Amino acid sequence: MEASPSSAARGPRVSVARLILWGLVLAFLALMGFGLYRAQEGQIRGGLAPGFTLTTFDGRVIRSSDLKGEVVVVNFWASWCTSCGQEAQDLEAAFQQYRTSGVVFLGIDYVDTGPQARAYLQQFGISYPNGPDLGTRISQSFRIGGVPETYFLDRTGHVATVEIGPITLAEIRSILDPLVAG
Amino acid sequence: MLPIGPMSRQGREADRRGLEILWPLASLLWIGLWGGWAGLLLPQRYPAGFLAPSPVPTPSADQVNAVARQLYCPVCANVPLDVCSTQACEQWRAIIREELSQGWSAQQIKDYFVQEYGERVLASPPAQGLNLLMYLLPPLAFVLGAYFLYRAVHTWRGGPGGAGSAPSAPAEDEYARRLEDQLRRKG
Amino acid sequence: MLATLGYFFLGIAFLVCLYGVAASLYGVSARQERWILSARNAMLLACPLITLSAFSLIGLLLTNHFEVAFVWSVSSRSLPAYLKVASLWGGQDGSLVLWCWLLSAFAAGAALRRWDRDRELLPWVVLVVLVTLAFFLSLALFFDNPFARLWVSPDGQSLAAMFTPAGAVLLIPSDGQGLNPLLRDPGMIVHPPMLYLGFVGLVIPYAFGMAALITRRGDDRWIRITRRWTLVAWLFLSIGLVLGARWSYEVLGWGGYWGWDPVEIAALMPWLTATAFLHSVMIQEKRGMLKRWNLALITLTYELVIFAAFLTRSGLLSSVHAFAQSSIGPVFFAFMGGTVLVSLALLLSRWNGLPGEEPLTSLLSRETLFLVNNLLFLSIVAACFWGVVFPLISQLFTGQSVTVGPPFYQHATGPLFAALLLLMAIAPLSAWGTTALKNLGRLILGPFLLSLVLLILLLVVARISNPEALLGIWLAGLAAFVTLDEFWRGARARSRSRHEVLPLALWNLAARNRRRYGGYVIHLGVVFMAIGIVGTQFFQQQTQGTLAEGQEIELGPYTARYDSISEWMASDQRDVTQAVVSVFHGGNQVAALDPRRDDYLAAQQTVTIPGIFSTVQGDLYVILVGWEPIASSGATFMIYWNPLVNFLWSGAAVLILGTLVAAWPDRERRRSLAGASHWTDVTARS
Repeated sequence: MEASPSSAARGPRVSVARLILWGLVLAFLALMGFGLYRAQEGQIRGGLAPGFTLTTFDGRVIRSSDLKGEVVVVNFWASWCTSCGQEAQDLEAAFQQYRTSGVVFLGIDYVDTGPQARAYLQQFGISYPNGPDLGTRISQSFRIGGVPETYFLDRTGHVATVEIGPITLAEIRSILDPLVAG
Repeated sequence: MLPIGPMSRQGREADRRGLEILWPLASLLWIGLWGGWAGLLLPQRYPAGFLAPSPVPTPSADQVNAVARQLYCPVCANVPLDVCSTQACEQWRAIIREELSQGWSAQQIKDYFVQEYGERVLASPPAQGLNLLMYLLPPLAFVLGAYFLYRAVHTWRGGPGGAGSAPSAPAEDEYARRLEDQLRRKG
Repeated sequence: MLATLGYFFLGIAFLVCLYGVAASLYGVSARQERWILSARNAMLLACPLITLSAFSLIGLLLTNHFEVAFVWSVSSRSLPAYLKVASLWGGQDGSLVLWCWLLSAFAAGAALRRWDRDRELLPWVVLVVLVTLAFFLSLALFFDNPFARLWVSPDGQSLAAMFTPAGAVLLIPSDGQGLNPLLRDPGMIVHPPMLYLGFVGLVIPYAFGMAALITRRGDDRWIRITRRWTLVAWLFLSIGLVLGARWSYEVLGWGGYWGWDPVEIAALMPWLTATAFLHSVMIQEKRGMLKRWNLALITLTYELVIFAAFLTRSGLLSSVHAFAQSSIGPVFFAFMGGTVLVSLALLLSRWNGLPGEEPLTSLLSRETLFLVNNLLFLSIVAACFWGVVFPLISQLFTGQSVTVGPPFYQHATGPLFAALLLLMAIAPLSAWGTTALKNLGRLILGPFLLSLVLLILLLVVARISNPEALLGIWLAGLAAFVTLDEFWRGARARSRSRHEVLPLALWNLAARNRRRYGGYVIHLGVVFMAIGIVGTQFFQQQTQGTLAEGQEIELGPYTARYDSISEWMASDQRDVTQAVVSVFHGGNQVAALDPRRDDYLAAQQTVTIPGIFSTVQGDLYVILVGWEPIASSGATFMIYWNPLVNFLWSGAAVLILGTLVAAWPDRERRRSLAGASHWTDVTARS
């Protein structure tokens, strides 16, 4: 069985081809590894919170950079989410209670429609600022897994605690008291 | 280089020349067809016969679905908006209905959805930036593969015949040919 | 306890696999035959052990042992017995056991074959198969354990574990969560086992290929051995894919059968490379070429199988098909990475060592056309693969998540599939070695003219103007006519020379050349499926309307009238709302359909079952739209007209029939196997 005549001449070309092949395979594995890492990462649990800009339903623009030095509660919700309704009143009550302490409550409306969102806010009498998460940018930066989720940021802008699922007034107070004090 | 095969050298030469022209032409034709068809993908396609320059009083469910079909549910994965059965999707279809009655075009509605919910609501990413790579790679891969095939065929054709290559020319009688096949296989 | 016993058997099977791997390696290095034979016995032993484990799990399901976490999550008291058995593959853990079970069955089959002439290959086949089996067993043993039980820890937390946690008490729920409502359909019951059979079946040819590669065997013995394995695995994979499409059509209620979901595509890709492989091995058998290419192709097929399993099980992608996220992702990734790197290293290190290629003698020979076939299939795989991974790339480099939907896949693969149809029309007429263009032209003339007649009929009678649809159906027609012509000419030649009547000649012809004519039948099946796909792709119509009782709605040539609606609670706790819709064609009633909506209260899920009126021309498909409030005065329906869709299903049946014909053992071959072994020793270089 004779080798094909140009196999010798194909020497250097074959090694380039091999290099490319290895490169592609390694790139593919790296990509899969990255994807897996991201899928398993879950929500941000600590460290500096991602910056964001929220335009509320009333047209106000709130930037996360303006909130330095404050304790911030960031709550992700949606009008079509039934368990969000469970915590809505507790959140509003907490907002009223901590008003004097200067805790900032922000509601971020995830993938929702304007009229339904406003109806939801009216139904539960929410008075703290709420705005739509345009392009799902904010929820992607926080890497939320669903709604409702509540992120508590301390005065330095770091994520102190994350609550997945509906939160109660008692839980809010137990988290906020040390943050407001310290 | 020895001519191989029992056919006349002139006959083979004629075939070879013909095919040398035929192959590249055929490849160009396929690439052209493909490129033409793929090119239609780049600007977003509008549903057939749907242009609403003036406000429509009550858009029919079909008109709503015609737009919804080009969008994906922002929450559920890989579910088109016209078949999604959740309450949230119902709200989104209501928005489409509302916007259609105000005279928005399908493209405007899609732009609105992208602005609100991100690029993943579109069935195909807009052809800009990195996404261009997405559209270009499949035809590129095919062309690359075709090139390798062409090179391989030409390289192999150059060599001398191996042992037992080139069976006889296709016989007139199908059965005789099959008989020969079977005889050859049995050794 | 049955659960402990089941886990025990699984664990022993895992140890047996590890032993087999070690024994085969030792046997090779020390050149001791008995260690290799011992390894083969290990491969054989794995099957009964895993069978016992699987039976234990089925037993637990049938006897309602809800303290076992898996049983609780997929089964319930109200499920009928057959669904309890089927719930074995209703969740990640149990489906892993099923996978291992089927793989071990194939492994046992491989172990039981006569190895006298392939002693060299044996240790490596055992190694590859048992490494794969051991990996999947380890997933079931250490990560997603189906035998883990539910406990309540001292501080009130409920958790699942195999062995008693400290101070915990066994938690025995009174009833389970029940099987996902979408999985309670006959099609859905058969679809996963068929798919798994296809996937695990492809491991065997890969193992033999790797063995040939490692032992530097330059002949095609491994291909001859695994020819039927590959065909049978391909058959199961085809059945699995078609059943999945059928189930999607009948139960998911969205008017279509293939959504280009990433998990669907991941299952399609190994099928595509396996089809390419089935064709290119013929080149190696007939002309001794492409040895290295075939090894690369079967390796790619195996890696795509692992990739498909990885995508479905690791939680990398969210999809209606994917299992819920679990911790097996990283382990799976490690295994996939390991096998890819090792296989690639082996291939590349042996690449130049394998015998070189015989020359191609003609640009239009069957070899070249088969290579074009490979090019087209692999280009389709490249496009599909790119579409699946691109969202990850976009996420990585731009942070923006995108959806790659059906339009991309249709545009990227459509022309390639059309080219394959054209190839199906040309390749059967070509000959090995060389083909004169003249001869090809002569052979194709008749079918070509017939196809032109078809084209004219399409343009004039059917008034089809869509160029892509015309091209698709014309090419399908051409391929069909060429294939039928092959049958015709062969039968006629035989009947003339053997003086048999034509039908008998046809039968004998096919019987003597099962591979060839089985392959032609498969091609015919593919042509039918192509027609069905073209019909639904280009000519589907849909409409939606809210109707009062007695009101009608029109779609295409049909009128549907909403007659009545009723609501009741079925025995397995589902709230059924069923409408009666009468279908009229040209004024006459042709059907009474009952689309319905099943509300599974416990699972909080709604399943929308369409009413389908099937004819040759197409399906009228009526869905009771579940998301509009169904008042007694009106109901909303979505109606689809799916032209030619039944060609898809009947084409699939023809494909299956053709595969059975092709895979059926030849009488000659059996005779020759029983007799002298020198038949198969002649590596017939034709």
